[in-house]
Amino acid sequence: MKFAILVTAGPFNRQAAGSALAFARAVLDSEHELVRVFFYSDGVHSANRLAAPANDEHNLVRDWSRLATERGVDLVVCIAAGLRRGVREANLAPGFRISGLGQLVEAGILADRLITFGA
Amino acid sequence: MTPKSFLFVNRKAPQGSAHAAEMLDAALIAASFDQHVHLAFLDDGVFQLVGGQRPELLGQRDLGTAFSELGEYDIDHIWVERDSLSERGLSEADLTIPVTLVDRAALAALMARIDVVISA
Amino acid sequence: MNGPLHIVNATPYASGALESCLAHLSEGAALLLIEDGVYAALADGNFAERLAEGIRGHALYALAPDLAARGLATRRLIDGLRVIDYPDFVQLAAEHSTAQSWF
Repeated sequence: MKFAILVTAGPFNRQAAGSALAFARAVLDSEHELVRVFFYSDGVHSANRLAAPANDEHNLVRDWSRLATERGVDLVVCIAAGLRRGVREANLAPGFRISGLGQLVEAGILADRLITFGA
Repeated sequence: MTPKSFLFVNRKAPQGSAHAAEMLDAALIAASFDQHVHLAFLDDGVFQLVGGQRPELLGQRDLGTAFSELGEYDIDHIWVERDSLSERGLSEADLTIPVTLVDRAALAALMARIDVVISA
Repeated sequence: MNGPLHIVNATPYASGALESCLAHLSEGAALLLIEDGVYAALADGNFAERLAEGIRGHALYALAPDLAARGLATRRLIDGLRVIDYPDFVQLAAEHSTAQSWF
């Protein structure tokens, strides 16, 4: 079965962003497929390469990047939501790509299940 | 490919957070992909459709204009929960666009037969 | 096919999300409590009765790591609650027609 994930919660103020990552890992470790993770609203902060949490804090940006490079997950950041919040090509973390909201709709079409992690 | 049905569940008031505006954008894009788009307004989401709003006072986008143009995007499934309206002292007459009023059970039934649910 | 999997991540002691979700459970729908939503499962809490009544006829789940992180794993939780891990969460989502989040 094909899964897609929508993340609308910010990585440094909401647990939901961490839940999304844990769910993504669980899908990848299952018999199912993860077709796309779409970052929208405050979720786009998860793609900001300039985010620099202290060493003893969880670095969600780095963890998503690792997931993309190690497991080949398609991480898409909404361009409009990103520009609004200062997340653009210049500071995009590795493994993410920027595109339009159409990618969210397409994820909903391609996947058998779309699950939202928001706040 | 056969279009899917998308339900956008609006439960948040329009000004206090970006949920309403960003959900509307997503719904419009889904419609432009020729999907069957349903908008549900319940709980504080019903405040999004109430007339007399002046979001420009807060420097915010006027969603009312976009709501009034939903028909041009072929979005004509607009469901508003009757109980949510009445709990807030509102009625259909307070809404700026034509909608279909539904009770909770009917909305629950709709939620159960949709392909993709996106909520805010 | 089962109905929707409803996912609530907000505590009922500060948010109307769970109350509203309970009012929209259709036949075959299930409810999963995650994040702060797991506080609803406290058996001695004021919301327990409302949850027990609202969930009648539906399956109720809570995410184990979210319970444990909040110190709730060893507390008395509402009857009938099934505690699950992330792999079960994925499987639950696969077995239900849709996943619908409330926050």
